[in-house]
Amino acid sequence: MKKIKCALIGSGNIGTDLIYKIKRSPLLEPVWMVGIDPNSEGLARAAEMGLKTTAEGVDGLLPHVLSDGIQIAFDATSAYVHAENSRKLNNLGVMMIDLTPAAIGPLCVPTVNLRELAANVETNVNMISCAGQATIPIVYAISRIQSVEYGEIVASLASRSVGPGTRANLDEFTYTTSNAIQKIGGARKGKALAVINPADPPMLMRNTISCLTDEAPDQDRITESILQMIGEVQKYVPGYRLVNGPVFDGNRVSVFMEVAGLGDYLPRYAGNLDIMTAAATRTAEMFAEEILAGKFQLKSLEVAQ
Amino acid sequence: MIQTTALNDRKIIIHDMSLRDGMHAKREQITIDQMVRIATALDEAGVPLIQVTHGGGLGGNSLQHGFALHTNEEYLQAVVPKMKNAKISVLLIPGLGTMKELQSAYDCGARSVHVATHCTEADTSPQHIAFARKLGMDTTGFLMMAHLNDAEGLAKQGKLMESYGAQTIYITDSAGYMLPAHVKERIAALRAVLNPETEIGFHGHHNLGMGIANSIAAVEEGATRIDASVAGLGAGAGNTPLEVFVAVCDRMGIQTGCDLFKLMDLAEDVIVPMMEHIVRVDRASLTLGFAGVYSTFLLHAKRAGERFGIPARDILIELGRKKMIGGQEDMIVDTAMTLAKERGLLKSVAA
Repeated sequence: MKKIKCALIGSGNIGTDLIYKIKRSPLLEPVWMVGIDPNSEGLARAAEMGLKTTAEGVDGLLPHVLSDGIQIAFDATSAYVHAENSRKLNNLGVMMIDLTPAAIGPLCVPTVNLRELAANVETNVNMISCAGQATIPIVYAISRIQSVEYGEIVASLASRSVGPGTRANLDEFTYTTSNAIQKIGGARKGKALAVINPADPPMLMRNTISCLTDEAPDQDRITESILQMIGEVQKYVPGYRLVNGPVFDGNRVSVFMEVAGLGDYLPRYAGNLDIMTAAATRTAEMFAEEILAGKFQLKSLEVAQ
Repeated sequence: MIQTTALNDRKIIIHDMSLRDGMHAKREQITIDQMVRIATALDEAGVPLIQVTHGGGLGGNSLQHGFALHTNEEYLQAVVPKMKNAKISVLLIPGLGTMKELQSAYDCGARSVHVATHCTEADTSPQHIAFARKLGMDTTGFLMMAHLNDAEGLAKQGKLMESYGAQTIYITDSAGYMLPAHVKERIAALRAVLNPETEIGFHGHHNLGMGIANSIAAVEEGATRIDASVAGLGAGAGNTPLEVFVAVCDRMGIQTGCDLFKLMDLAEDVIVPMMEHIVRVDRASLTLGFAGVYSTFLLHAKRAGERFGIPARDILIELGRKKMIGGQEDMIVDTAMTLAKERGLLKSVAA
């Protein structure tokens, strides 16, 4: 079966883990890895795994996009360089999956709105954040049953799984995730909190989701909706697990989740890495299906500046 | 009465925490009137820096950390105009508070900030420290749960914060776990690497009754800023009790510029009567200090314990064992539920 050729931009934790996820896909093939540090571990790993590499940033990739038939690019750099990367690659007809908090394209949580986005022929979709991917399905599972006034999530991440990009840009992480709790999760107001825990051995990623419903929560229907949603997420992140809850306290619904990764690039504690890369891969696969079915005509955007 | 000591005439800056750390002890329910009354009395007593925010700082209003009676802006706008000499500070924990909220606090008149990270995660603070400096604020890097990092590690973390622009670096004993020897080696390690103009501070909790002794130990090694709360109003068994610390400083000849008798009166006439529980070393707060658990977890653990039928001490010990840190208050209910399941008190939902 024909596969869609992909480029990975950013050779940090997320970019490197993506290689494993994409290699496993029946629809995608990783061809290029782009970094900025010739000595980075990610680039070395990519080369070992048979990818072409450049340490000259996106400009090092551009001359090869058309000749190598790259149709989808994953950007795991930073919010600050993403817009420029996206503009350059969109101009060459490459669809962008944005794993930074830049969020210049529509926000995507596969179990909530991927089908809709794939049908709309988007040129750039944003994967929000690891915490967003781990929590917004639950917020949505509650808000699809009854209206949610306020949704709040707390993500605890193992220190070793949080790279320098995320550390230096925690505010962007907060803003993007809070916004997505509203836009995709369906809460009227959203708030995201992140905690980085250095415990050794490292803790598995934990997420606590709390929602305030407008009316008294229908406990049975909300519980059923949450369990169904967990099953959907488990299709691409098998280590997504309910630890406690849902627990009801007045109009407050709380759910305590844990995310174990597959242990591809980083060990299993880094569920935050997996849920992000698995969601991005799932998203790219959906677009790849559209491309392969001929429904999604990618071409250079001559009008773009 | 005043002894001649090696610290004679040493000048230090006392930073009051009653209206920020004290918010934890009051479940964030301090009124505007109480804030203004206490801050005004502190100002009159010569306390130069007073922190005013939700216990969790900027962005603290949340299900996770509780909702205060008012927004941080409302508290600041009420307190700042009443100050004659004192400067008002705020707390900012990256991951919870953001630069937008810092700008807003600055616009309300805050002029000093503790930018706080866990003691190994200083590199989550560069944006916020740089932004605070850009605003012209007196900027502190605040290394929390400092007992979980060794002296050398803390020196590196403090040096990082200094490189982002922090003018003061704090050793923060959030769990009230440290003993004077721990404090001394950590402050000395910081002093050895920081630039001479960078100040060092210490923030204590009184869970093992060591607040005063630890703060004096810090001053002996060169700390010039000490956080304290009147009558200890703060999380856990409270902070270093401010009026007691001032009395000890007076005896030792350390210059604080604070009026002891005014502070005593404030403690006795205003702060103690407003306590919902007497802030002291009791079974649960002693457990915090003994097991090295974040002081703010105390009241959360008591509530979760009552709800799920698990003693607060068992929950706190388990949180300590799992190395949970400040900000992970959600894990208190989670841990209580997991313990309740293990003890056959709660059934799990099939998943």
